[in-house]
Amino acid sequence: MREKGLKTVEEIKAAIEAAVPGAGVEIVPNSSPSAQHSLRLDPRHAAAVARFLRDNEDLALDFLSNVTGIDWPDKEVAEKVKVIRPVTKKGDGVEQTAEETVEETRKRVEPGCLEVVYHLFSVAKKHGPVVLRMRTVNRTDQVELPSLTPVWRSAEFQEREVFDLYGVVFTGHPDLRRLLMWDAFKDHPMRRDYVEPDDFEYEPTAHDAVLARAAAHQAAHQTQEGKGSE
Amino acid sequence: MTTPGLARRKSKLDDWNRPPVILPSGDGELLEVAMGPHHPSTHGVFRMDVALDGERVIRLKPVFGYLHRNHEKIAEGISYLGSMPYTDRLDYICPLTNNWAYALAVEKLTGQEVPERAEYLRVILGELTRIQNHASSIGFLIQEMGASGTPLMYAFREREKILDLFEALTGARMMCNYMRFGGCRVDATPAWLDATRKVVVGLPAFVDEFEQLLRSNEILMARTQGVGILPPQLAVNAGVTGPMLRASGVNYDIRKVDSYGIYNRFNFRVPLGDHWDVYDRFMIRMLEMRESIKILEQALKEIPGGPVMDPKAKIRGFRPKPGEAYGRIEAPKGELGFYLISDGGTNPYRYRVRPPSLINLTVLEDMCLGSDIADVVLIFGSVDIVLGEVDR
Repeated sequence: MREKGLKTVEEIKAAIEAAVPGAGVEIVPNSSPSAQHSLRLDPRHAAAVARFLRDNEDLALDFLSNVTGIDWPDKEVAEKVKVIRPVTKKGDGVEQTAEETVEETRKRVEPGCLEVVYHLFSVAKKHGPVVLRMRTVNRTDQVELPSLTPVWRSAEFQEREVFDLYGVVFTGHPDLRRLLMWDAFKDHPMRRDYVEPDDFEYEPTAHDAVLARAAAHQAAHQTQEGKGSE
Repeated sequence: MTTPGLARRKSKLDDWNRPPVILPSGDGELLEVAMGPHHPSTHGVFRMDVALDGERVIRLKPVFGYLHRNHEKIAEGISYLGSMPYTDRLDYICPLTNNWAYALAVEKLTGQEVPERAEYLRVILGELTRIQNHASSIGFLIQEMGASGTPLMYAFREREKILDLFEALTGARMMCNYMRFGGCRVDATPAWLDATRKVVVGLPAFVDEFEQLLRSNEILMARTQGVGILPPQLAVNAGVTGPMLRASGVNYDIRKVDSYGIYNRFNFRVPLGDHWDVYDRFMIRMLEMRESIKILEQALKEIPGGPVMDPKAKIRGFRPKPGEAYGRIEAPKGELGFYLISDGGTNPYRYRVRPPSLINLTVLEDMCLGSDIADVVLIFGSVDIVLGEVDR
């Protein structure tokens, strides 16, 4: 919802691009009735853009309300493609080669990414929200994004939470540790492909299926321990 | 003794970004104390790792997660309606405002309308929630200062009357599960509205009596005035919201700024603090209770008849169009927001709670540094958190 006095996303985009050359801002339309369109930032210029949004007198987005992560896993897309291929036909005892157009279903994998969303408001001008987004290159080894905590302190705990639950590494964050899970925890539970370990949920109670499952788990655990001591 | 907060009153915004470094006096030997997770003042399971130089706090690191159950992940696996009862368990002191924030976000996502009577009921329940939250939080403050029992029971006596109203209307004292997308679950009977009017008539006398505790108790004033200073620049930059932000003198109340629901119809004021300390935070809550009573009086007078649910609204099994929405309300503890992404399915693709309790704790270290360990309990109490919402 656009509040009175706030510029449209197009105007904000133009203002950013005038102030930060080569910022590469992209508008992400939102088709829901809320019509809260967002701006996708190039991570390389994010800090400069953030400072501009905070310090610009017309925008004065001094209040970063909400920071959150989204996981977009790799998506398998099936497409129908028309291919021309040679076909050998036998007719009248003679082999003939002809070209024929056939429809083929091809699968390709759209690479996934992790996305971080920032909701900005202005306390001074009482308008908002302006929504910023940033994407990582992939979900595995290139998951760095610049931290906006140096610009808005309210991102401190929220970026720690995104790091903890999604695994986005915020460069320039002053104190990047896990927030909710314990330090020795390995995985990122909010990712879509996270698998819950079998021994967290199930207390061995007097139910056959659960007992069998616990026994299997413990057997596997003991073999591992045995290997470790050798 | 001047706290670092006062000394930093006039410095530039970027200097606010980290808590100041305080050097220990004397031989520099520090005592590290883990306050919590079972410390009685933490209202739940929460730990502060404090480094002390004598009695002075040199470093304070909050540790979260003892009550973490990944509420957001659970919500992504169930339908939109299925999350409604879970929102009660976020800030379990104020279930109805949690319901309201979630309903508001879903209504923004789907574009549903809310009937007028339902809007009035939401305002009445939201303000009753605010009164009982503020009353108990002030009661807890006095309890933590050592006045064991009696003042807290004053607050709880009044809270009980309000919880009885919640029970009569929704069936539950605390886990109300009352609001729906496009309205409210059940209508209020005329008898319930009369009972509410009776409770509201009695509230000003309670606030007068309760305010005497804050206004006339010398020990309380000596221990809270000038303690835990939070300057407005830091408060805004650190995303602090609610009574804490207004106690730092920043005029930002989402009921006025967004006028969500029908708040623009009511005549009420936004109290602001000018000393930015623990005392102001509690005085602001006291004054907000008076403003809430004003809103309740107006709402109970003007409430119209009609349905409480939009007859066209689909509650179960609906599929919002792909898109996203962020909805927020002024909950008693601050800005409570819900951010939802729909991919066209019956479950939200992404469900995010913006917890005011967690984000208000960002400045806990800044407020506590340089003060005595005994004041940490009061400063922490003045933030007014609920661990169900901090850890989610």
